[in-house]
Amino acid sequence: MATYTLNINGKKQEVDVDPSTPILWVLRDHLNLVGTKYGCGIAQCGACTIHLDGKATRSCVLTVSSIGEQKITTIEGLSEKGDHPVQKAWLEVDVPQCGYCQAGQIMTASALLETNPTPTDEEIETAMNGNICRCGTYLRIRKAVKMAAKS
Amino acid sequence: MTLVKTKIGRRAFIRNTGLAGGGLVLGFNWLASCKMTPEQVRSLPKEWFELNGFLKVGDNGLVTIMSPNPEIGQNVKTAMPMIIAEELDVAWKDVIVEQAPLNTAIFTRQLAGGSQSIRQGWESLRMAGATARHMLKEAAAEAWQVPSSEITTKEGQLIHEASGKSAGFGEMASAATGIEVPEEVELKENTNFSIIGTDIKNVDGEKIATGKPLFGLDVYREGMLTAMIVHPPAFGMKYKAMNADSVKSMPGIKDVFHFEVYPEDTEKQWSDGGGIPELVAIVGNSTWECMQAKKALEVEWEEDSKLESTAYHDEALTALLEKATEQPARKDGDVEAAFKKAAKIVESTYSAPYLAHNTMEPMNFFAHVTPEKAELLGPIQTPEFLELTLASRLGMPVEKIDVMMTRMGGGFGRRLYGTFAVEAAVISQKMNAPVKLVYTREDDMTQGTYRPAYKIKYKAGLDENGNLIAWHVRGAGTNDDLVFENRFPAGAVDNYLAEKHSLQTNVTTGAWRAPRSNFIAGAEQAFMDEVAEASGKDPIEFRLELFDRAINNPVGEPDKNDYDPERYAGVLKLVKEKSNWGAANGKSRGVSAYFCHNSYVAQVLDLEDGDGIPRVDKVWCAVDCGIVINPMSAKNQVEGGIVDGIGHATYSALSFKDGKPEQSNFDRYRLIRNTEAPREIETFFVDNGIDPTGLGEPSLPPIVGALANALYKATGRRHYSQPFINERPPLVG
Repeated sequence: MATYTLNINGKKQEVDVDPSTPILWVLRDHLNLVGTKYGCGIAQCGACTIHLDGKATRSCVLTVSSIGEQKITTIEGLSEKGDHPVQKAWLEVDVPQCGYCQAGQIMTASALLETNPTPTDEEIETAMNGNICRCGTYLRIRKAVKMAAKS
Repeated sequence: MTLVKTKIGRRAFIRNTGLAGGGLVLGFNWLASCKMTPEQVRSLPKEWFELNGFLKVGDNGLVTIMSPNPEIGQNVKTAMPMIIAEELDVAWKDVIVEQAPLNTAIFTRQLAGGSQSIRQGWESLRMAGATARHMLKEAAAEAWQVPSSEITTKEGQLIHEASGKSAGFGEMASAATGIEVPEEVELKENTNFSIIGTDIKNVDGEKIATGKPLFGLDVYREGMLTAMIVHPPAFGMKYKAMNADSVKSMPGIKDVFHFEVYPEDTEKQWSDGGGIPELVAIVGNSTWECMQAKKALEVEWEEDSKLESTAYHDEALTALLEKATEQPARKDGDVEAAFKKAAKIVESTYSAPYLAHNTMEPMNFFAHVTPEKAELLGPIQTPEFLELTLASRLGMPVEKIDVMMTRMGGGFGRRLYGTFAVEAAVISQKMNAPVKLVYTREDDMTQGTYRPAYKIKYKAGLDENGNLIAWHVRGAGTNDDLVFENRFPAGAVDNYLAEKHSLQTNVTTGAWRAPRSNFIAGAEQAFMDEVAEASGKDPIEFRLELFDRAINNPVGEPDKNDYDPERYAGVLKLVKEKSNWGAANGKSRGVSAYFCHNSYVAQVLDLEDGDGIPRVDKVWCAVDCGIVINPMSAKNQVEGGIVDGIGHATYSALSFKDGKPEQSNFDRYRLIRNTEAPREIETFFVDNGIDPTGLGEPSLPPIVGALANALYKATGRRHYSQPFINERPPLVG
């Protein structure tokens, strides 16, 4: 066990966990931030996507000991009132079916638009390719990303 | 005017003040999942009046509607309350939706499966709304001393035009609770619907987009322990021994023990599926600590029955296809005689592998079992049956068991089989503590109730004019006999023979989105394309001729045929028109149509031509599911089924080596991804006013046929074996 001070959603949070613990489980089991989802544990599905210094990152293989001063943003901290353009577009297009993968999709999409505010259709598909949606909402995901890019 | 007796599910309409507590219960329980607008939050009612088990009206006119069925992504949590709200005649903005508790005395069929929630709930949901509206009208009639027949309702308002009196539902709610429940109620005419048929957004949409706790895996309770299971590495193996001591001393680990999930005297329900009877449990403080202990634990297993491999399944299924069944499932005319005189014979065999369900949220369940009661909370498609199994397994009366439903991160049939919830309960009972059982992705994928592996052989005979005179189908599946003998083209061919075999294996199988149809539709519709080609006719015209035959002069007893040929032909004609079938568009096109889960679907799929990877450019989809409750969400279901069908037929397979699944996570089990989904899907619904049928499944099965037929156009080769990516030369990169 070791103590870590993490910068999560703009707040300092202290946790006492094994150094090998992935951030995913630190968030979920220790900090009650359950919006970040467990899907595969091997960085294949994207359900656990967070922002690490603004960059979309898989939290299921990211150990707590590797974070240091880097800033973590989770779905809960993406916007104060749930009104990030990507979140708004997700509601407007009515993207979700089961909804489980969508936090990860939204985190990937919002990181994409930070670096590329006007992505082409192909760039959107490619950027979103790492996030599996088992319900098959891919077409609506593309549409929502496009809508958010325009707003 | 449509009058219906309130007899069906009448108990639901007898006022039940015990349910949901009444008063200000909402908003304090995270499970309530009520979506409130800022206006609603400001104006929560002081008092709620429960008019029946499905709804309560607040003194300020807000209405809480209970959504009875489990939500797995099929969006019943929005659609079912829409039907109640329609008949109640309340404005949707004044509706708050809550997940109902399990109470089948009130809510009848609380199950997610078979695309049946809307179809089977349609009448009782309408009655729930209409009964409450009737009672509100009667209350207003008494208060105003006017005949209730002169009172009309609109968007939560009661209006008596002659006297100019009006009141909101909230003002009459208290008095309405004293009105006798009517024997029969008047339902709205379809043409007067103002909520049904409109685009209403997912009631949990905001919570999903902001990461609020909604799912079973998100359940955390004070003092809760985490549990994981270790199961045999192969089907056909069972527990022998372990050395748990070294693991028990690992950080955060509370206990490691072997347990029987289903001792012999357990009264199992159908929903307990194949569940593994003996497992090892690891219980600890946190998920990661349990995962570490799981890796370190060494368990010895022993062979219990045959260790089967995919090669064995293939051989055994192939052998069955060569064998006539003792009793055909259906026989019309004489196929052998017809084949002898046929001008042309077409014969093909199709196959598909086992599939895992792979819900994005792995299996999990919260359980808190004490000697006094059992509280269970989590993702389950069959809560009613789970409760019965738990009563037997825990040795408790059903009244002491409370099963509550969370929103589910996908179902696809996997959560029909609630063995994981039974495991959670047994572990909690042993630990005498609240426990959340969590499957790793590997547990989830390698301990499934899989879609069976299938093989099917078709033989068709055509006369010299290209008319279909004989059809012989023989199918086989692992633990599943596959063939629907009374579906199309049964009834449209004079000489017809259907035979079905089941291969008993120890690999557990179960319902997977559109069971059996998910394979047989693709095989049948790909074969139909081959037969149409041999007949020299256009594939749509060829099918329509067969439907004409089934309409005008059906073979066999007409009610034996399990489809309505006019509705079937209807979707095919609609997709033909919408896709501009027959006009060259530079794409490789395939067509398909299928009927399952009471709904009719026809699809045209375009593949991009040119060098390299064929990409699905566009799918046109015509659907006849009767009245569409929520078009925006209905289209979402159709799109999802199409992507799911294309994905699994193209990329996915679960194979076995000596009983062991060879894929255990998404690195080796390939699921369709964003760049592989169609560029566009356009959906058209037949507007016929017929009572609604299901949509969670029907769009998936036929798309496999449309894809196979388009691939033939693109590559010149028929694709017989799923996943298509394994066909040679390779289909995609």
